[in-house]
Amino acid sequence: MRRLLRKRPALGMALLSGVSTAVGIVIVLAIDWFPVQASTAAPQIDTLWDVLMIASVPVFVLVMAVALYSVFAFRAEPGDLSDGEPIHGNTRLEVIWVTIPFIMVSALAVYGWVVLEDIEAKQTDPLIVNVNGQQFAWRFDYPEEGKVKSTQLVLPKDRDVEFRVKTDDVLHDFWVPQFRLKTDAVPGLTTKVLLKPSRIGEYDVVCAELCGLGHSTMRAAVRVVTPEDFDAWIAKEQKSETDGGAAAAGGDEAAAGKQLFTETGCNACHTLADAESSSAIGPGLDELSANAEKFGKQDKQSPEEYVKASIEDPGAFLVPNFNDGVMPADYAKQLSPEELDTLVKYLLSVSGEEKP
Amino acid sequence: MTLGAKLRGPGWYRAVISQPLGLAFAVGLVALVRALYGYDPVLDGDAITTVALIVMPIAFIVGIGCFDYWFRWASGAPTVPEDHSGHGAKTWRDYFKVNTDHKVIGIQYIVTTFIFFILGGLMAMVIRAELAQPGTQFVDPNTYNGLFSVHASLMIFLFIIPVFAGIANYVIPLMIGAPDMAFPRLNALSFWMLPTAGVMMVASFFADGGAFATGWTAYAPISTETPIGQQFFTIGVQFAGASSIATALNFLVTIITMRAPGMTFWRMPLLVWANFTTSLLVVIATPFIAGSQFFVLMDRSLGTHFFDPAAGGDVLMYQHVFWFYSHPAVYIMMLPGFGIVSEVISTHSRKPVFGYRMMAFSLVAIVILGFTVWAHHMFVSGMANWMRVPMMITTMLIAVPTGIKIFSWLATLWKGVIHLTTPLLFALGFITMFTLGGISGIVLAVIPVVIHVSDTYFIVAHIHYVLFGGSVFTIFAGLYHWYPKMTGRMYDEKLGKLHFWLSFVFFNLTFGPMHFVGVDGMPRRVADYADQFATLNALISVSSFFFGLSFLVFLYNMITSWRHGPKAAANPWRAHSIEWQVSSPPPIFNFDEIPTVVGGPYEYGVPGAVHAVFGDKKAPVEATPAPAGGGGAPPPTTE
Repeated sequence: MRRLLRKRPALGMALLSGVSTAVGIVIVLAIDWFPVQASTAAPQIDTLWDVLMIASVPVFVLVMAVALYSVFAFRAEPGDLSDGEPIHGNTRLEVIWVTIPFIMVSALAVYGWVVLEDIEAKQTDPLIVNVNGQQFAWRFDYPEEGKVKSTQLVLPKDRDVEFRVKTDDVLHDFWVPQFRLKTDAVPGLTTKVLLKPSRIGEYDVVCAELCGLGHSTMRAAVRVVTPEDFDAWIAKEQKSETDGGAAAAGGDEAAAGKQLFTETGCNACHTLADAESSSAIGPGLDELSANAEKFGKQDKQSPEEYVKASIEDPGAFLVPNFNDGVMPADYAKQLSPEELDTLVKYLLSVSGEEKP
Repeated sequence: MTLGAKLRGPGWYRAVISQPLGLAFAVGLVALVRALYGYDPVLDGDAITTVALIVMPIAFIVGIGCFDYWFRWASGAPTVPEDHSGHGAKTWRDYFKVNTDHKVIGIQYIVTTFIFFILGGLMAMVIRAELAQPGTQFVDPNTYNGLFSVHASLMIFLFIIPVFAGIANYVIPLMIGAPDMAFPRLNALSFWMLPTAGVMMVASFFADGGAFATGWTAYAPISTETPIGQQFFTIGVQFAGASSIATALNFLVTIITMRAPGMTFWRMPLLVWANFTTSLLVVIATPFIAGSQFFVLMDRSLGTHFFDPAAGGDVLMYQHVFWFYSHPAVYIMMLPGFGIVSEVISTHSRKPVFGYRMMAFSLVAIVILGFTVWAHHMFVSGMANWMRVPMMITTMLIAVPTGIKIFSWLATLWKGVIHLTTPLLFALGFITMFTLGGISGIVLAVIPVVIHVSDTYFIVAHIHYVLFGGSVFTIFAGLYHWYPKMTGRMYDEKLGKLHFWLSFVFFNLTFGPMHFVGVDGMPRRVADYADQFATLNALISVSSFFFGLSFLVFLYNMITSWRHGPKAAANPWRAHSIEWQVSSPPPIFNFDEIPTVVGGPYEYGVPGAVHAVFGDKKAPVEATPAPAGGGGAPPPTTE
């Protein structure tokens, strides 16, 4: 090979580069880059990616070929103190390597623009879903479907969906990798994502913008279901919400409290066996009743007062080894006074059951 | 000297004493103001910390002696115009003093920044240990967020940006035939602001509530709400930024006014061009990050509402202002490296830089285009939709001048006489990985793809390919290249090559797989991740530990060679540029006689060509005709 390269460098290099480019393209196309495609935008974006990869391979191969060839062919012999040929430039070559990259990137930019227009095209009769990010949980509601509220995202297959994304506190980012689309949730703004789910399955909403201690645990379940299953789910949720309210009024406070605990997002940070949460960002709540008595005494509070105060103003008393400013301070605004009472009672009733 | 005299005079005694005084001043000021306003309690920890973070570094800089000369002058006391008492280093102790010699300052910069590079690297090791498997192993989420935030801040503000300033400090005045920088005392001040910023960022780990944990981007509003550790970043950046701006001004004035006779702009080595253009970027862009951090500081400390939408604030404003600096900052961290690579490739392959003028023009083109692309960091931020496509196009256009540079380096290698020394190996490694980083950069301009991969490990892979495979490899190339000039000793070539191969292989094994986990759905800045990414993350972590160890080879080589390496000749690489025409290390004022420049800096292979002549040898002013590709324009007749 080295002899061929020395004798006929152009031919040898072209041969070597051609083969490497072909191999490279096969490799980049063979790699399974993406998660499954679960929205209609996904195939378009994946194809765009493949085109970018195909365009990249020859560029990289060319650079490598020239660099490696030079190192092998023009390497100085030991003791060689001569200089290379004083070539200062070549206008034609320079015009070529300005023009070709210019054409390449222009073409790719146009293609990228076309895909962008396509995936953001106007939708017909979209399902509106309000998405709300909060340290460190997601809430969803369906304003046109009987105002159903949920902590999991359920979507019908093959229907346009318009997500209206907001946040209660800091920046978050609403991302479902299988849909390929994301947008930041920005304080003071409502941002939008338009897409059409195309594959039945279960995925995750991933928070992609650093939002604090619980950033890596800020996930929510996504289920794409058939339109029939979706309607059934909406109906069931509407019923359970009325039931839930009735249960609270009727006395099943434990169920109502547990629902509040998960729907408000407490479970994203606090361990509580009864609600099957195991996160360790905030203090664990399984021994809350004992702790509430102990810590409450220091400020002459009853356990109820202590728990309530801790939710309303998390910085007022800090459990040892936990920091101020982690827990959002606006739960008192989110919850009605009745809901707050229900939550406090629930927390004290389910904690410390093992140790009466 | 008596102790009293030591405490009054500039130096470490006074610097150390200044610290409790600074703290006392902060406590007093806070107590006074809060008492006047009737606030309770009068002593507030956060307020005192904030004021102390501003006062104590200034007290240190005054204490160590950066302002003594100016104070004396301002107060009308007698000064010595040609005061060279603080110039040059005779013993190692002189490196710990305020020194006005650009060569001493260059070494001070390089050693200091490498200390922070090591600290930042150790943090990366802890990060990779934590990420070696899913779940929580070594550090809690708060510490983890602090680690990656401080890691990035140190690497950017305390290593890559200032180490280039350090190399340029040493080399640029020598290269242009100047006895020093234009403003030697400002130069010393620039250096001494730097360690204060670095110490501040590292010290944030000891703050109540932990280190700043909002990433090096410190996006509002989370940065206005997190514990006091954030203040260490907000204020630290001001000192690093001020240092950066002052140095850049110094470079601009030096390069514009202090070139040797005959050194026209078209005869400047490309490293000088690179630092000229970089300094333009620094001077124009750095005030913007200072502004963004002042907004955060005021929101945190003074109760303003720049980023509180409920009170009329605008969250996206932070990102626009921040990236208006931080995108050009990418070029601040890359253009000097381009300059180094041009020097190294030309010298070690014995050929003129191919297309010299286009190389200089492409630097200028990158500076201009660099200011028109910031919003490509914000494609999913919720900003105005119309901005995306224009920014995609400008971003992709930067590939054209960057391509010119890559192709011209390749053409410089072509038909050269290639000496595969350590600096050239690092330059070639740089070309390889920077091409990959450039390609992923193109991918990261195409909006539909960015919507998926932004904020994922693909970004982490990309920035490490451009900033480590790109910038840091050029830093290594430059340090090996100028090591004989700086120390007067040769480094160990075998160890240098070992360092190259270890870092090249393990760099790619560490950061290559991050492309895959990113596209597959792993977000960045997470302390924990889904099990599906476990295998590749384990590989990444193991590779990163070997990658970290490879640095020890470099460290050992640098330290032992400095003490025991063979003496270096004045010009071991047989280079043409001026810094190689003086002894290694150079005399205290660089030149016994100012050289006269008579031709281009890279006239390898041109019979009898020289770049500069010294002394009585009558300068053959028209020695080399201007070649087609530039390099030897005749000097103006007025000189």
